[in-house]
This record gives sequence, C-alpha cells and structure tokens, in this order.
Amino acid sequence: MSQHYRTLTANSSSYFVLVLALTALALFGLAAAHYMESEGHWITGMNNQIVWGLPHVFAISLILSASGALNVASMASLFGKTEYSAWSRFSGLLAISLLMGGLLVLVLDLGRPDRLIVAITHYNFKSIFAWNIFLYTGFIVLVAIYLWFLFERKMNQYVKVAGLFAFGWRFILTAGTGSIFGFIVARQFYHSAMMIPLFIVLSLSLGTSVFILVTQIVGRLSGSFMKQEISFSLLRLLGLLLALEGFLICAFYLTGLYSAARYDVVLFVLINGGIYTFLFWAGQIVIGTVVPLGLIFLAKAQLNSSIRLVSATVSKMIGSFCLLYVMVIAGQSYPQLMFPGKQIRSTFFDGVVVHYAPSWPELALGMGGVAVVGIIILVVTRVLPFLPVEEQRAQSSQ
Amino acid sequence: MSGSSENLGSVDLKRRKFMVTMVASMAGAGFNLVELAMAKTSLEAESKLVRWGLLIDTEKCGVGCNACVSACNTEHNLEDHGRPETDAQWIRKLDLVDEQTSHVHSLPMLCQHCEHPPCVDVCPTGASFRRDDGIVLVDKHTCIGCRYCMIACPYKARSFIHENLTNQRSWSPRGKGVVESCTFCTHRVDTGRIPACVEACHAEGGGAMTFGDMVNPESEISHRLKSEPSRQIREDLKLNTGVRYQNV
Repeated sequence: MSQHYRTLTANSSSYFVLVLALTALALFGLAAAHYMESEGHWITGMNNQIVWGLPHVFAISLILSASGALNVASMASLFGKTEYSAWSRFSGLLAISLLMGGLLVLVLDLGRPDRLIVAITHYNFKSIFAWNIFLYTGFIVLVAIYLWFLFERKMNQYVKVAGLFAFGWRFILTAGTGSIFGFIVARQFYHSAMMIPLFIVLSLSLGTSVFILVTQIVGRLSGSFMKQEISFSLLRLLGLLLALEGFLICAFYLTGLYSAARYDVVLFVLINGGIYTFLFWAGQIVIGTVVPLGLIFLAKAQLNSSIRLVSATVSKMIGSFCLLYVMVIAGQSYPQLMFPGKQIRSTFFDGVVVHYAPSWPELALGMGGVAVVGIIILVVTRVLPFLPVEEQRAQSSQ
Repeated sequence: MSGSSENLGSVDLKRRKFMVTMVASMAGAGFNLVELAMAKTSLEAESKLVRWGLLIDTEKCGVGCNACVSACNTEHNLEDHGRPETDAQWIRKLDLVDEQTSHVHSLPMLCQHCEHPPCVDVCPTGASFRRDDGIVLVDKHTCIGCRYCMIACPYKARSFIHENLTNQRSWSPRGKGVVESCTFCTHRVDTGRIPACVEACHAEGGGAMTFGDMVNPESEISHRLKSEPSRQIREDLKLNTGVRYQNV
C-alpha cells in the first residue's frame, strides 16, 4: 500500500501561539545580534581569552543535531528499515532546518556578519573552517535533492542513491566539525584525534533525541503521531548510541590523562574546574547519560510512554549541551601551555583560568537560532505534505 | 596716491604670504619626496630574500619594564578602555616564575611571525596571511571576525576588536569586529626603520631586543643567532618562529 502524506492542518490556538512565540524569540535573537554588531562584542561575555562562547555552543549543538536528525531517513532509504520510511521526508526537513538555525547563529555571531559574501567568495583551502562552509551548504543541497526524489514519484527510484550520498556526506560533515577542534595544537584540551569519532557519535545520539522530541511535539499539534513501536525502537537506538558515546567520552578523558600535555587540563575538568566540573558530572554524566539510559532500559512500562520519550530525550539534550559547553568553554578557559614548569603572570590573563559569564545577547542569539528551526518546521509542514497519514490512523486506533 | 600705496602694501603682504606658503609646501613635499625616495619598492620591501626577525635576550629584559608595550600602544593607538579582558594587546610582558626555584624573569610576548603560522592555516577567507619577508598580517578587508585564528595561535598573540574605535593612526588602520596582532611595524620596516617596541627597548629599556634580517649573514641578528644559544617558544610545534629568545 502506498504511503499518503498530509500537511499540518491544525487550527488549534496552540499552533498559532507557538508560531507567534517562536517568531518573537527569533526577532529578539536578531535584535541581540544587531546590538552585538553595532556596539561590538564587548557587551557579550566573550573576550580575548574566551573567543567562542554560548552562541558557538548553540550553533554546534544545532549543526550536530542536523546530521543526526537524518538517521531515520538513512535507515529507511539505505538499510531497508521500511517501518521508518514514512518519516523520511520529515527527517530530511528537520535536518535542513536544524542546520539553517545553527548556521544563522554562527554567522550572526561573526565580528563582521555583513561580510558573509567575503566568506563565500574567498577560500583558503587549508582551513577546516573553509571546508566546513562547503560541507554545510553541500549537506543542505544533498538533503534537498533527497527530499525532491522522495516527493517526485518519477524520481523515487533514485532515492537510495541520494540517501547514500547524504549518509556519507553527514559523516564527513561531523568529522569536519570535530576537526575544527581536534587539529588545534595550541589548545591542549582540543588537540585530540578522539574529537572526530566523538563528534560523529554525539551527532547521531543528539540528532536522534531531537527527532524523537520534535515528532512528539508535531504529533500533539497535528495528530500525526509516530507509531509508538517506532518511537521506542528509536529510543532503544538512542540508548545504544548513548552507551557508545559514554565509551568514547571515557576514552577521550583517559587518553588525556595519559598525555603529559593534556593531563592538567583533563584533571581540571574532572576534579577542580568549578562550574565545568559540575556541568561535566551533573549535566553530562548524570542528566545526559545515566538518567536517559535508566529511562530507556530500566523504566519499562511503569511510566507513561510519552513522558518516558520526552524526559529521556530532553535529559539527553541537556547533557549534550553541557558536554559541548564544557568542551568549547573549558578548553579556552584553561591556560595555554607555553612554558612548562613555569607559572606565568601577565596583564593578558596568561597562566590563569579565565572567567566566562554568558550575556543575555548571546543567549538570545542562540535561542533565536532554535526558534528559527521551529518556525521553518511549523511553516513548511503547513504548506507541504511532510507528515504521514497512516501514522495518524495508527495512533487514533490505539 | 597714499591709497594706491596701501593697496600695493596689501598686495605685497598677500604675495609674501603666498611665497611663505609655497616654500613651506615645497619643503614639506621635499621631505615627503625624500621619504618616498628612501622607501623600498613594493618588491624590495617584501622579498623572499629577507626574513625579518627579532631576538630577545631575556637577561636584559627587566621585570616591571614596560617600554616596549607602551611604545606599541602609542604607535598603533591601542587604547585602554578600562576592560582588560577585551582590550587589545599586540605585545605584552610575561613574568615567568620557576615552579621549583621561584626564580622570576620577564619577557615580551607578541606575534611570533611563524614560517608555518597556524593562524594562516585556519583562516577560512585567507585574511590571515604571511608576507614574503616573513611578517604575518591580517587583511582587515577580508577578515570576517570568526576568531578561529585566535583559537589556533599557540602564543595567544591576537586580539579581537570588541568596540568602536576613534583617533586611529593613518599608518595603522584598525576596525571593530576583526582580529589583529603585531605587524612588526611594517610601516616603519618598509621605510628602513625598526619597530617601535625595539626602538623603545633601546631608548628606555634594557636593550634586550635585536631586530633584523635573519637570512642576511651580515646582519647582527643573523650573526648572533649563529654564535649564541637561542630558542623558539613551543619549538615542538615546528613553526620556525621569527621571534627567538635567549636565556629562557
């Protein structure tokens, strides 16, 4: 039986309230970016020591989620998991929306966002950042082609080929994002080959969480719920990815303790890093790993299924945000290794742990990026048939 | 009659003013011409046959001496906005305290003008670049302010401009939202002078800095690098820095 699709036809006030609230949030983010650009970055918490701050944590979270959100499409189109195929369209839409939200935050945080045209026309091909510009735009193009093949009946036969390209591309994309940090010899915490597999697995787990959560929200708005058995099979996949991520995190820190150059900064994060140590243990390990693993593998039927899905994915997302916050900020906060065996004093904060307090414009910009993702999804699903019809029936028959 | 002599007097006065102005302008232009004549051509100023470098003898660098830093700040008008975390510093003094012996010594830290600069490698637009003569600069027209170069610099030598700027020097244009660092005072070096920090170190400091062409066998820096021990900071990264230190 062929799959039918529908648009999001909800006329409920909750849909319009949500669109309005997200629009207000996006406009506020835009205003914050304008404020940052016109006044200069001194109004933010970022400085000459912590040069990448909260906006970058938001941007990387969204970009990694984008790659992982395509999991469902890849499983359906490449690995023959036909039970997921009804949600392939939505998977592609979510991936593009998340990437656009992330890129928007990244661009609006630039010192000169008005020079975006320079970034598009001048390339230094030795720069991993320049590769990433191609990887991100290429990802959007490939997923758009994949969606076109899904929508256009005549092109359906090529879906697998498009899916294969998109699948390969997103691995390179997340490897590229990990390489932005992994190749940095100047920062002991970043300089690790482990960054690449870690970012790949983080993207798969984070993207899966976002996908499950967003399908729950869209289900509430439209009535097009994902079949429960599919949601829970995705949740079990999330559990496996979480376990793999936990293993890679262990390897990342243990290999750090093994290296003389990284030993101090790893101990700093694990034991005496203040807020970073707290975010690592409480945020990343307990909320982001232990809680969702418990909810996925131990909670079983005692909990309401919807609550279980939402709480497991939200806690995982909080944990991933903490992971990236610790990774990005603590890596800059800890002093750079210039003179081993010497304590350094200067007027430029050498030799000391640098304080960073995120400011409201940074938070507003990051939240604005998230809001843009929501707006794209709510508007596009209302115009184009992205939501499967069969799923609605399945849900209403339950 | 008297009226016409008054008129003649006023004409004389105007003529005199005109002559004075002319002579002054010609003298000014003459000075400019001399400066221009002494300046190197664009090819000479930036030649692969030259590698500008700086040798710093930390024994002569006094703890508490800030002559080089003050000179740089004045030369490029790096203003103090009262926000040390975001204020730009192209050169700064580091006091190094030995963890075992507590011995303190001091040295200036600035862009090391590496032969293989990580900042140039990571810059997505190519705004960070290295001149043929080894000076690493930022093209302020193509820098988009992503700050990746600041993340990549092992010496923390770069600053981002966090605010609107006023009273800029014509020879050192700067701009909000872009990254900058030590230029080795290209405006001076290209006209045969030495960087402001080196000049100040000799005039007011301990004379710790020697600037010159590292590949010219006749230069003092080249001679001293051959005959005296020196080192690069983070030599493990194999960046072949243009700034070398002694007694560290």
